[in-house]
Amino acid sequence: MYVAVKGGEKAIDNAHAWLGEMRRGDTEVAELTVAQIRNQMALAVDRVMAEGSLFDPDLAALAIKQSRGDLIEAIFLIRAYRTTLPRFGASAPIKTENMACMRRISATFKDAPGGQVLGPTFDYTHRLLDFKLAAEGGVETAPKSEADTDEFKPHITSFLNQEGLIQQEPTSDARPSDLTREPMELPASRALRLQALARGDEGFLLGMGYSTQRGYGRNHAFVGELRIGDVAVELDIPELGFAIEIADIEVSECETVNQFAGSKTEPPQFTRGYGLVFGQSERKAISMALVDRALRWKELGEDNPGTPAQDEEFVLYHCDNIQATGFVEHIKLPHYVDFQAELELVRTLRKEATEANAAKEAAQ
Amino acid sequence: MNEMSEINARKGWMESLAKAPSAVLAQAWQQASLADEFEWLRAPETGTVMVQGATGGTGAAFNLGEMTVTRCAVRLADGNIGHAYIAGRDRKKAEIAALCDALMQTESAAAVRRKIINPVDEARRALRASKAGKAAATKVDFFTLVRGED
Repeated sequence: MYVAVKGGEKAIDNAHAWLGEMRRGDTEVAELTVAQIRNQMALAVDRVMAEGSLFDPDLAALAIKQSRGDLIEAIFLIRAYRTTLPRFGASAPIKTENMACMRRISATFKDAPGGQVLGPTFDYTHRLLDFKLAAEGGVETAPKSEADTDEFKPHITSFLNQEGLIQQEPTSDARPSDLTREPMELPASRALRLQALARGDEGFLLGMGYSTQRGYGRNHAFVGELRIGDVAVELDIPELGFAIEIADIEVSECETVNQFAGSKTEPPQFTRGYGLVFGQSERKAISMALVDRALRWKELGEDNPGTPAQDEEFVLYHCDNIQATGFVEHIKLPHYVDFQAELELVRTLRKEATEANAAKEAAQ
Repeated sequence: MNEMSEINARKGWMESLAKAPSAVLAQAWQQASLADEFEWLRAPETGTVMVQGATGGTGAAFNLGEMTVTRCAVRLADGNIGHAYIAGRDRKKAEIAALCDALMQTESAAAVRRKIINPVDEARRALRASKAGKAAATKVDFFTLVRGED
């Protein structure tokens, strides 16, 4: 058990002063601005917003600067800041079918209406270090097409839906439970699971999602659709009595199309997994969809041979990197009293053992 | 009917103001020099809005995460009241948006539309068109090759 300690104020102050100096680094090198981080480390900013569970690119960039690039520390700062703000309300569910897509691909239909749009992707790059970036230089401007630029891109799953080939998502007017307001209770609703996954650690979900592909919770997934772009946030304004769109925010969405469920009364249908994340993070969106689908085993009447990704308690209680880092790292803090007790115990046991041995030898 | 169209018109300009790029709005406001005397009904305050997603894009709602939002309300000398809800923490932007919302209910409406609403809409439209044009330039036609086996 951690115990409170007193003293060390001077050392702590000095440690923090040194931290500030280290954060700044060599003063011969120009200082990073928050705007530079927001613009040029945009995917780090997106990760901090997603897992910090607060959409605000400026604050996320500031947190990255303050944390010296330690993203989990930055996420911690954002989570802490969030708790100081009043909540004005909840938006209407965002309508991702109306997204202004900068990227939209389907691994299931090559001729998807609305087209396959690659967007600013790392895919198809050769993953060779580009030493030109080490030297300061200009940037190529991206070509633009004038044709059908704002074409409506319907969800791919809506085509499968027309034929009844894929499960429809049940609708509900119920207010979804909120794990930032009430402690998480198991079994969790799908809404609660999706909230936990949306703010969960990318690395943890990546590993869990990967495990389902390697056979720990088989539900062979296709990426029905992956889309990234801007979507409107609509908020009810109580003092006006109507709703307005207050912003367009960037999100990544992944819908997986998975193996069939069927029953005596219903013919086989594809099933689905869903991933939705703030900012540009398709790795996280795909991982989230895989894990969401794995966690649905019970409602889909599947077996659970005890795989980690199907274990709701295991996934939901370990996917939050702030809870995890808090508990893992706290063991470095003073545990002197605890340890004293263990030290006493080991000494006593050793003494007893030595005495018993001596007595045995004397008897022989 | 008339009331509905009034509400829709107001929703429209409030959305234009909320989504306006901050710098463009500030500049348009300054150049318009419409500054009127006003009092705060609600000084700018920053809080959050919980953004909801829909399961599978179409189903039941879930909580995706929060976003920062700043809101305020003003009353002009003539009694007209303006509200603003904007994303982020830019108090000045919220103030300008609320003042414009109030002025849009006065005889200055045409001037506000010409000098502020139209330019910020145009700036946003241009940004969106530029993104959409770049996206369209990355549109691909994948074709499947005949596989080697029979």
